[in-house]
Amino acid sequence: MTTKSVNNPMNRRQFIQTASAAGALLLSQYSFALASKSPLGRVVIIGGGYAGTTAAKYIRMWSLGNIETVVIEKSSQFVSCPLSNLVLGGSKSIDDLTFGYDLVKKNHGVKWVNDEVTSVDTSAKKVTMKRGEITYDRLIIAPGIDFIYETLPNIQSAEVQQQVPHAWKAGWQTVNLRKQLEAMPDGGVFVMNVPKAPYRCPPGPYERVCQVASYLKTNKSNSKIIVLDANPEIVSKKGLFTKVWADMYTGMIDYRPNNVVVEVDIATKTVRTDFETVTANVLNIIPPQRAGKPAQMAGLNNIDKRWCEVDFLTYESKLSPNVHVIGDSVSAALPKSAHMANSQARVCANAIVALMSGQAPDATPVFANTCYSYVNDKQAMHVANVYRYDEAKKIMVSAEGGGVSASPSEQEGQYASAWAANIWSDVLT
Amino acid sequence: MTSAGLPIIGNATEVFVYPDSHIRTLASSCAACHGSNGNSAGITPTLAGLEPGYFSAQMLAFKDGSRPATVMHHHAKGLNADEINQLATYFSQQKRVANTAPTPQKLKVGHDN
Repeated sequence: MTTKSVNNPMNRRQFIQTASAAGALLLSQYSFALASKSPLGRVVIIGGGYAGTTAAKYIRMWSLGNIETVVIEKSSQFVSCPLSNLVLGGSKSIDDLTFGYDLVKKNHGVKWVNDEVTSVDTSAKKVTMKRGEITYDRLIIAPGIDFIYETLPNIQSAEVQQQVPHAWKAGWQTVNLRKQLEAMPDGGVFVMNVPKAPYRCPPGPYERVCQVASYLKTNKSNSKIIVLDANPEIVSKKGLFTKVWADMYTGMIDYRPNNVVVEVDIATKTVRTDFETVTANVLNIIPPQRAGKPAQMAGLNNIDKRWCEVDFLTYESKLSPNVHVIGDSVSAALPKSAHMANSQARVCANAIVALMSGQAPDATPVFANTCYSYVNDKQAMHVANVYRYDEAKKIMVSAEGGGVSASPSEQEGQYASAWAANIWSDVLT
Repeated sequence: MTSAGLPIIGNATEVFVYPDSHIRTLASSCAACHGSNGNSAGITPTLAGLEPGYFSAQMLAFKDGSRPATVMHHHAKGLNADEINQLATYFSQQKRVANTAPTPQKLKVGHDN
């Protein structure tokens, strides 16, 4: 028998009846929805990335199957962003990082809809997709990032991105960028930008610089890398990256801070910033970012019109009851990393299981985040922190004692590889 | 620590009891490196089924620096002794099982802008 306080005025039987009625299907061609009436109701999850898939699995596990979970994901495959910079370096293939969803569906009874969300009606508790619609008792929005093209409208189309890829969502663009590097002549210039923070994966752009440098050093040693960073300095692991660039890739990397890309000429691969004009052989533009489109459809991106404000005990939106947001779309002074998405998903899952069974959520969540960056094909370095809920500030704050590697090492490269294997297993099986 | 036991749900309309979800959620955030329920796929140590005294001693040694580490000191220092002991109990109760790996596939999905 639980001793936690129950704030819900309804008794348990009423609660369950209400939840089931609200979970009834309106209209859909997805037959599973007609058949199911999970006793505690239905959670619909938009997005099958690190956050959404983890939430679906752990809600199923921790509710002992008493909550129905339905994931809506537009992609039929999971392609990992972590480790995708290694495709550019050449030590991984994109096919090493691509997986199906069959095991997590089968092992946990997670229901899955391969479709794209077109609208979210939070008052009717309904999500509409291209091929159907579904109602929910609670909704989790975990869409990752959306790119902002307002200032760079000419790089938005898929055709243009064949020439100037962002490769900031792992997939064909990653493969494309690798092929461009392979085709680049020795003595060529690779130009990439870093968007203004916050963006997905704080150390990711600098890891990318290392991976491209690693490839060029071995194969095209007369080539150069120019980094146009919109930020005043390296955003993450600054000391470590600075040292690696100086020691391992001496003279190859020209790092230019406070340099916001304001214009891109596609035909000549020329980039203009407020200070200078740079021409590339291979150009990689990573646009600024905001919460994914489904979060915008629900009107939840209230912070700077970019990110979603949430309650850090439940990840429930501050704007919309019964709607939770997890992963990169959340507004927080937390790194937008896969491990963070995975940790937030479980705090959210735990809170939802509690709330849907009439109990109070954990009042003091604590979790860990570890983020590795590979500096070549074998060596990696980390930043790691424990985060705990601050009851006065009502946010997650980093606990004392976190920090970064003393230096990159092959041992940490092996730990980084184990990190990937373990998080993939945790999310996808 | 009876709350760490598994809930029994014969009929979901019965009162729903769940174990100490605070520590379970914290323990699950170790999974990214140490595997689901502490069963690791890689060179990271498996935590499932570890003797709780051993687990606590190692974590306290990481915390005070007496055991050198690459990364674990950054986690151990962020946890208090009570949390370390509860994690020790939690992981000691997890079954050792083989970690399941998802099978890599050929990339099929298209361009995402």
